[in-house]
Amino acid sequence: MKTAVLVFPGSNCDHDAYHALKHVVGVDAEFVWHKSSSLGGFDAVVIPGGFTYGDYLRSGAMAKLSPVMGAVRRFAEGGGPVIGICNGFQILLEAGLLPGAMIVNDSLRFVCDYVHLRAGTDRTPFTRGIPVGTVLKIPVAHYQGNYYADEGTLSSLEERGQVVFRYCDSAGNVTRESNPNGSARNIAGICNEGGNVLGMMPHPERCSEIALGSGDGRRLFDAMIAWLAARTA
Amino acid sequence: MKAKIYVTLKRGVLDPQGKAIRTSLSHLGIDGVDDVRVGKFMEVTLKEIGVEEARRRLDEACRRLLANTVIEEYRIEIG
Repeated sequence: MKTAVLVFPGSNCDHDAYHALKHVVGVDAEFVWHKSSSLGGFDAVVIPGGFTYGDYLRSGAMAKLSPVMGAVRRFAEGGGPVIGICNGFQILLEAGLLPGAMIVNDSLRFVCDYVHLRAGTDRTPFTRGIPVGTVLKIPVAHYQGNYYADEGTLSSLEERGQVVFRYCDSAGNVTRESNPNGSARNIAGICNEGGNVLGMMPHPERCSEIALGSGDGRRLFDAMIAWLAARTA
Repeated sequence: MKAKIYVTLKRGVLDPQGKAIRTSLSHLGIDGVDDVRVGKFMEVTLKEIGVEEARRRLDEACRRLLANTVIEEYRIEIG
């Protein structure tokens, strides 16, 4: 079982993701430079956070054109698990692998804080075994995390069970106050129709060890390993 | 030949920067400003390929890269 951690110019959470995978949950991980056009031999793909290409034009707008994104598209179409975190989520949106777009936080401030997330579906490889309604404590760090999609897209996401995480309070109530960036319907993470591609603004790789303030992020990577093990069994 | 491309947020998409600028203008005592929308302006220099062809290529450039049509609209001026 081997996971790919993509590295673009400006990625800065790639080592955190690698550490969480390799040293915390103990799955083989390898960096893959964005100029690679193949993901052969990999079982899962992590698109880490950062500021690819300095966020030129729009967050993720340049990275979507990197050669590796063609490979990610084929990998995703084949049902392989893909998780995009923060800037990785923005790249998935720009690439059209997930619907919607990100705009500037409604506060106009960079937000860097622990938030609570309410799990909305266990159908993704990263939330398998995490019951709907579970509250996870995971940090965010972004300036453009204000999720936007038109009303039709938002309703369709809800109807098809594609809203994976919503910002909530510590008791799991989805409230205006618990929304750190103004995201439509408190959306913090969504998946594609197939469920195998997940994009989320919060950083599970930054909270995969209790010593770092929360171990909740690890649950997503543990779920991914269990999902892969079940698939190959 | 030169072209100008304007990319702006669609009506209905919240523009927090525009809102903040509008508030700042009123703090400066510059009144009567109802709304401010912040966008991007790009100047593109092209080979002499003709206006129609330039428009066709720039339209594709806007759709595929320069604008995100989920949230933005664009306008191309040539010449």
